[in-house]
Amino acid sequence: MQSPPVLEQEFLPLRAKLLEIAAALDRFDRSEGNDAHEPRLLKIHTALDVLLHAGGDRAEQVQLIFSRSYEDDWREKFEMTNA
Amino acid sequence: MYYIDPHIHMVSRTTDDYETLAKMGCVAVSEPAFWAGYDRGSVDGFRDYFEQLTAFEPKRAAAYGIQHYTWLCINAKEAENVALSREVIAMIPEFLDRPGVLGIGEIGLNKNTKNEATVFLEHLDLAMKTDEQILIHTPHLEDKYQGTRMILDMLCDDSRISRDRVLVDHVEEHTVRHVLDEGFWAGMTLYPVSKCTPARAANIVEMYGPERLLVNSAGDWGPSKPTAVPDFILELRRRGHSESLIRRVVYENPQTFFGQSRGFVFQPPDVAEHADV
Repeated sequence: MQSPPVLEQEFLPLRAKLLEIAAALDRFDRSEGNDAHEPRLLKIHTALDVLLHAGGDRAEQVQLIFSRSYEDDWREKFEMTNA
Repeated sequence: MYYIDPHIHMVSRTTDDYETLAKMGCVAVSEPAFWAGYDRGSVDGFRDYFEQLTAFEPKRAAAYGIQHYTWLCINAKEAENVALSREVIAMIPEFLDRPGVLGIGEIGLNKNTKNEATVFLEHLDLAMKTDEQILIHTPHLEDKYQGTRMILDMLCDDSRISRDRVLVDHVEEHTVRHVLDEGFWAGMTLYPVSKCTPARAANIVEMYGPERLLVNSAGDWGPSKPTAVPDFILELRRRGHSESLIRRVVYENPQTFFGQSRGFVFQPPDVAEHADV
């Protein structure tokens, strides 16, 4: 089976997803008491910036923006070693 | 196409779902022990749950021609209660030799606390002493990356563990590479909002190949879609991938992984699948 062009398959779904994001951000702007400096909103803006840069790992980079950091000394902090 | 769902919580689903799964080509399910949505009050609650998983649920599945396998543990959410966890871990061996029991799971981390890590290690120790396979839950959302790295640290610290007998589940774009690079199996869970989608899972298969990758629905008591694996099959077909690649991920890989358990006695369908199933 021949692979269809990716843009042919993805254009309309991608357009729809972008509209969802745009509409959600518009709704946030309309809401009372919204804080433009709320940390979660800043993460969203950072993630949107990632989307504009090619590199093949956008999804991974967006995931990491919304992730707690890993610290390799966690065992020392927990005072744990494998039994 | 025949397929196996390696991670689905059928105790929380109706027989309508079994009927739908059977019609869509599901021939077997693997059901890890999980959080019921509330914290159980005693070890007897878990004993009753394990009885349900090992005795009743396989009969319910069989009525629809589906083979049912299970895993046993105290889940990461309830593992915060270390005292109860130790009672449950001590009780698990009573059930390990029941038909269809594949190993210890789904153990893991939830909020990545010390208590959760302590109980995780004690489950690993049990699995090594009883020669069981392991199925691991990685945390949700913002906790996933940190928790997965911590889990991999604990697994890699234990030289007794055969990495090809361990499935690290609910991987996503930022964790899959770490899991595969360390030699473990990786499961992709197709679950709304908090986990992956068929399209993103298809991307992962395209980037990393089908080796040591599984896909599952983790259908449970929350908003979830037990037929997510057929959605994944359709997505790969839509992209023009071969039937052999798709079958490798959804049917052959589960058999390869579970085939390492003494409890996996699988009867393949005696009717050849049709190309359009």
